[in-house]
Amino acid sequence: MNQYQLIKLAKRVGFYTLIAVVMVYAIFPFYYAVITSLKPSGDLFRVDFWLSTVDFGNYVQIFTQKSFVRAIFNSIIVSLSVVFIALLLGITASYALGRVRFRGRTTVMLVILGVSMFPQVAVLSGLFEVIRGLGLYNNPAGLILSYTIFTLPFTVWVLTTFMKQLPMELEEAAIMDGATPWVTITKVFLPLMWPAMATTGLLAFIAAWNEFLFALTFTLTDDQRTVPVAIALISGGSQHELPWGPIMAASVTVTVPLVILVMIFQKRIVSGLTAGAVKG
Amino acid sequence: MASVTLEKLNKTFGSTHIIKDVDLKVGNGEFVVFVGPSGCGKSTLLRLIAGLESISDGELRIADDVVNDLPPRERGVGMVFQSYALYPHMTVYENMAFGLKLAKMANETVDERVMATARILQLEELLHRKPKELSGGQRQRVAMGRAMAREPRILLFDEPLSNLDASLRVQMRNEIARLHHRLGSTMIYVTHDQVEAMTLADKIVVLRDGRIEQVGSPQTLYQQPATRFVAGFIGSPTMNFMPAKLLSGAVDGCRVQAPGLDDLALPQDASGESTGADLTLGVRPEHLRLAEAQGENAFEIVNVEYLGNEVYVYLEPKAGDTLLIHRSEAPSRWELGQRVALVPDLEHVHLFDARDRALDIATRRQAA
Repeated sequence: MNQYQLIKLAKRVGFYTLIAVVMVYAIFPFYYAVITSLKPSGDLFRVDFWLSTVDFGNYVQIFTQKSFVRAIFNSIIVSLSVVFIALLLGITASYALGRVRFRGRTTVMLVILGVSMFPQVAVLSGLFEVIRGLGLYNNPAGLILSYTIFTLPFTVWVLTTFMKQLPMELEEAAIMDGATPWVTITKVFLPLMWPAMATTGLLAFIAAWNEFLFALTFTLTDDQRTVPVAIALISGGSQHELPWGPIMAASVTVTVPLVILVMIFQKRIVSGLTAGAVKG
Repeated sequence: MASVTLEKLNKTFGSTHIIKDVDLKVGNGEFVVFVGPSGCGKSTLLRLIAGLESISDGELRIADDVVNDLPPRERGVGMVFQSYALYPHMTVYENMAFGLKLAKMANETVDERVMATARILQLEELLHRKPKELSGGQRQRVAMGRAMAREPRILLFDEPLSNLDASLRVQMRNEIARLHHRLGSTMIYVTHDQVEAMTLADKIVVLRDGRIEQVGSPQTLYQQPATRFVAGFIGSPTMNFMPAKLLSGAVDGCRVQAPGLDDLALPQDASGESTGADLTLGVRPEHLRLAEAQGENAFEIVNVEYLGNEVYVYLEPKAGDTLLIHRSEAPSRWELGQRVALVPDLEHVHLFDARDRALDIATRRQAA
């Protein structure tokens, strides 16, 4: 083996070592959560890196708790509503901001961006008053409203950028074919914007699914809570016991849908659907 | 099928005046080509007719209807875009059927129309393909099919061939010409390529800075350009221009003097010009003959291009820095570095006044 080959081999080994480090760093916490969730409560504090026995006790425990099942249901409703509303408003807004020339277009874009820069805590008290005023306190609708406020700026910005990239002549062709703006959006642009919509929709979903602060502040009773709050409020037998087993089981349970969603949409996100639209 | 009439048409974008008082009549079934350098307003004029831009002032009529304020779909126009702008997520069939379905036509009618159009354009085999699976020429045909399927009264083309490579461009040019012969529909076509304009048009409209410079058949524009701009724009290689002075002008002819040439007796009526006026002499390369140099008036040959069937000979000009071109059938006896005399074909010499307007030939005006 000569020197050149040796260097090549060393580079290769280094590369894969680096990848392994990154993988462990990223995945280990989740892996440990999975393992912990599958341990019987007696073994909890024994450090194990491999699973010796599989015990679904923790899962049984959380799923027999009515409030947790209810919280998952609430989370699904809230997250899906946020995604739907954000995409609907985002698409229509991006058409206006990306395609229609009007005075103050840039200002509107900057205001939208500015809104997203406020930390959640800054608007918490104000938003609380708004939600109470609207009679949405302790109601998932209040969460949908507040999450949408924080999701929309991002959605609008990404979709507007994407909309601007779609060729102008495509819209003009639709106009020549007699399409109204609404038909142009739904029949011509929407099918081309799937990648952007999958990306923004997924991020909106994740944000809504994981949100904690608003969910804690704007809900009061168990049956209105979402999953992150429900997990935080899982309590043990006594004041001094943190029920790690059930908490880990619950965490794994709520992470799985996200992982599945990302896997479903990753191809959509990557693929460029506009191929062949104009000359190529 | 319909005629199109433009009357004092104007378009302004903010403070820029793009289209200035354009008057034009496009006859029923005519193939009209708008041609001009980039920025001359030819595409804007087409978009005004299509309804993609609003008309600032003036009147636009299709057949006898004023359509100034009608949206594109109610004008009965179809348009082929430069980039084709096919809907990438739809098959060829769906692309062509889209407009028909939006017009709320019955499914059978839609099917009939699409199939009929596909037959004309030989797209039957491709109906279930997506645009990305088609070649450039095929996409071009689909774009035409989509515009034709709605059976518009007028078909508009916005530089439809500029995305194709040279050989395909010639082929598609032919197809469009044959399509026009077959359908006989009114077509308006925008291009910056004067060859496309010459080969396709019944009538060429030369535009410059938002104004019509000249309207006429390809022959008229080639043989009797109204201005120096048209003379220089139409024809390849381009016309030779030389500065000239008027020696004497009468109604039935004039004498002019150009540096490096013998005095010329031309048939143009220069009675409107004063003696000694600055004129421009225009001679097409094929009307500029070369002869053995005798005496003072000689030009040096600086380049010879052999094109197989013909030869271009480039000569050092006496004024300006644009080389003069002589064109003749191959083979040519002229060689690089030779000094030659220029003998313009007097019947085919053009004269332009100081404002670049062509001077009429006396006999021609008498006849008219």
